[in-house]
Formats: sequence, C-alpha cells, structure tokens
Amino acid sequence: MRFPNSLKIVTAIIAMVVFLNLPGCKKRSVNPFPGSGEIAGWNKTGDSRVFQAKDLWQYIDGDAEQYVKAGVVSTSTADYNYQARIEAVVDVHTMGSAEGSRKILEGAQARDAHSIQIGDGGVAYAQSVTFRKGMYVVRIVAYQSYPDGPDALMALAHGVEAKL
Amino acid sequence: MESRREFLKEAATGALLLAAQSKGMLAKGVDAKTDAGKSRVVIARDPALHSPEGKLDEGRVITLLDRAITTYTGLNKPAAAWKRVVAMAGGPDKVIGLKTNGLGGRGISTHSALVFAIAHKLEEAGIKPGNLIIWDRNARDLQACGFTISTEPGRLRCFGSDVSGFEDEQAVWGTAKVRLSKILTRECAMVIGVPILKDHIMSGVTFAMKNMYGVVERPQDLHAGGCNPAVADLNCIPVVRDKVRFTIGDAMTSVYDGGPTFRPERLWYPNALIVGEDRVAIDSVAWQVIERKRAEAGMKTLEAANRPPRYIATAADAAHGLGTNDPGKIQLMEV
Repeated sequence: MRFPNSLKIVTAIIAMVVFLNLPGCKKRSVNPFPGSGEIAGWNKTGDSRVFQAKDLWQYIDGDAEQYVKAGVVSTSTADYNYQARIEAVVDVHTMGSAEGSRKILEGAQARDAHSIQIGDGGVAYAQSVTFRKGMYVVRIVAYQSYPDGPDALMALAHGVEAKL
Repeated sequence: MESRREFLKEAATGALLLAAQSKGMLAKGVDAKTDAGKSRVVIARDPALHSPEGKLDEGRVITLLDRAITTYTGLNKPAAAWKRVVAMAGGPDKVIGLKTNGLGGRGISTHSALVFAIAHKLEEAGIKPGNLIIWDRNARDLQACGFTISTEPGRLRCFGSDVSGFEDEQAVWGTAKVRLSKILTRECAMVIGVPILKDHIMSGVTFAMKNMYGVVERPQDLHAGGCNPAVADLNCIPVVRDKVRFTIGDAMTSVYDGGPTFRPERLWYPNALIVGEDRVAIDSVAWQVIERKRAEAGMKTLEAANRPPRYIATAADAAHGLGTNDPGKIQLMEV
C-alpha cells in the first residue's frame, strides 16, 4: 500500500510536534522564586515580573548593557520582605550560557567582597548577595541593614538556588 | 496643554530668546566674579542630615535647601530667593516641572523630601499647586522616589511620560535623535532638574545633564561610547537647553561605584545639595565629589577605570557651548 506524499508530510509534522513536547525535549520553564513562608521569615510581596533582553532597559536602564553584552535572555524580578523589617529584591538573570553568567559574576567581584559557596560561586556584602548557577545569575539586594540581615539574605539565596 | 503648532513655534523662537535672557539669571548681579563670567555652583552640606544608621532627617532638608538657594542667589531671605526662581520661569502663572531621577529604584532615587520641599517653597513664592509637575520617565521611577501618581487638576501633579506620551516628531541634534516627552515640550514653561548624584557604569557619572535621558522615549539608544557625545547632544536640543534652566541636585545619598542601580555596598551619604544654572559646571563639580569618595575608598579614578565622564568636556566645547568645565571659570561656593 502506498501513501500519498501529502499524508507523509502531515504524519511527519505530527510526529515532530509530539517529539518536541516529550519531557526533556522542552526548554525547562523555571520559577526561581520561593513562595511566602518557604524560607523562614521571608514573604514574597507582589507578583514577579519578567523582562526580555530587548526590554531590560525598562527595568535597569544604564545597567542593562552589561547583561546584554554577556548574552542575557531574560530577567525575572520579585520583591520580598523579611519579618516585616527587611525589604529585598531578587533579580534572576537567565543568560544564554554559563559563560555569560561567569562574566557577570566576575564583574561583581571586588576586594572587599566575601566569597560564598553557593551554586557555582558568589559574593556577598552586608546587604547583597550575588551568585551564579549554570546559566543563571542571581542578585539579591536588601534595602535595610540589620545585624541578622546577612544570614537572612543567605537563607533566601539558598532558597532561590534550590529552585534553579 | 500647548498644541503641537504652538510648541514648535515656541521651540523655534520664544524659548530660545527667553533662555538667552535668563542665562545666569539667578546668580546675576550679586557678585562681581559672577558678572565677570564665572559659573556659580553651590554645595550646601549638613553633616547631620543622615543619622549614623543612615536615616534621613527630613525636617532638615528644607533648611538645607534654603541655605543653598540663598547662597546661590546672594539674597539673605529665602522668600526673595524663591521669588527669583519663579521669575525665571516667567511668573507665577507658568508651569514649572521638577524632573526627578528614580531610575536606580528604591534606595538610590531623588528623595521625595527634597522635591516636596522645593514644591512647598515655590508655592510660597506664588506658584499655584496646579502649576507644579513632579515628573520622570514613568510611574515606576516616580514610585521609586516615594511619590504617588496624581493628575488631578488644580493640585500638585505627579506623573510620568508614560501618561503624557512623546512627540511624534523626532528632535535631532548631532547623534541625539529622540522623541521628547510632552511634559517637557508642552506642559512646562521651565524645568528644574532634581537629579541624584551617582556613579554610572557606562558614562562615569550621572547628575545634571545625564538626567535628561529621562525625558526621551528610548534612552537606551544614547548609551554608545560611554554616552559621549549623546549626553551633550541631547542637552543641546533647543527645548532641553532652554527649558531646563536650574538644577537642584540631590547629593544627600549617592553611590560611588557600580551605579546607576542601587548598590548598598557602595552607598554613601555626602549629605549635600549641589545647585546651579550651568549644567556643565555642576557636573564637573559633581564628578570631583565622586572622585574624592572613590579615592577615600581606595578605588581607581574613573579615568583609570576607563569610564571618565567624557561628555562633560564635550558639552563644554565650542560646538555645544552648554557651559564651562574650566575650574578657573567656576565659582564654587561650599557652605
């Protein structure tokens, strides 16, 4: 029995669609943000927002270029609150490759930064944590300074890292 | 709101004339050196403005503001000094815009306490609340400063260019080909720049002139070459050059590295206002404030970091003629 060419083509397209939808063939969609209460003391306030590379200037104009140059694909951001005292913002930059995330982290390193072991490496200050994991770069910044702030930020950073 | 035709007519003729007449108007006639052609810049400081924990004492801001404006104008009474600002706008029936900078987000945006203090002083000097607009790129930037969006007529208004929209027609000067905010082109007779002093990862420093990136639709198109000559070119567009006549710069909080976004590890409190009419002179002075802090912190100069604010010298050159970056021609007053 011979099939007409048009039927062969339709069959091939259907097979391709099915194949691309198999687990492991799709690009994994990551929600990097821990929900309220998932990390002790931290609550997520408001919805997360996503900026594609071409629109990143709308979020961090002036700072966007360094991410664009390093091959950022998109940036997700969400606000958090720790025990109603410390407000923080979490930015997760999805780079095109691990090389891109490495470049960004290199730029964040300074003499006075504390190296931290999280993901593929990072740096921390009293009110900020920056780390990379694979193609992701995460920056967490707190707006208030408290003695327990650094530990709280690290706990949140580990919470994000676990979701990447 | 002006019609497009009125706007174009004003941009072409009246505003140019007015700006020429009002150049150095606030400081004019009060000091022989100013008359001799020096650009006056005032740095007013209050070391107690921030507590050791970094909390701003908002009650002290208005006092510092009055000190800055009286020093700048040479007038003893703040009320008289503010009336001179109103006169520079063309009188109390004119609309004055206060262009803030909330781009850096919370923590490193123009302080609302300063902007409200300026608005209060202008109202005392005769401007009706409905003739004052606090504005920036968009609602997000304004909210970062702590403002609430309001377009209610007859009251102090606060909204961004996302509400007003942009001119359809491009304004062009050199490399700057931009669509300007209608708040600048149609609403305001005069704009007072209220930028916040910051290091800038691309341009070196952002303050008076760089604040104008917030008046265009696509500021990201102006970042090439360390924002040089784009910053200078943008400020040369007639309506920008002519309407933005005065700067009350917020140097109460600043970042000396890693800007323009909030870097708590590089935050410091200069506890100062930097005031003047010559935007180039102001930025020259501001640059040195940043450099002194970087030196104190053991950091490279911006030149050594390969990002000096080259646009300042460009703005001062003969082609642009926006002001002076020659220290010998700047009358710096620190109080």
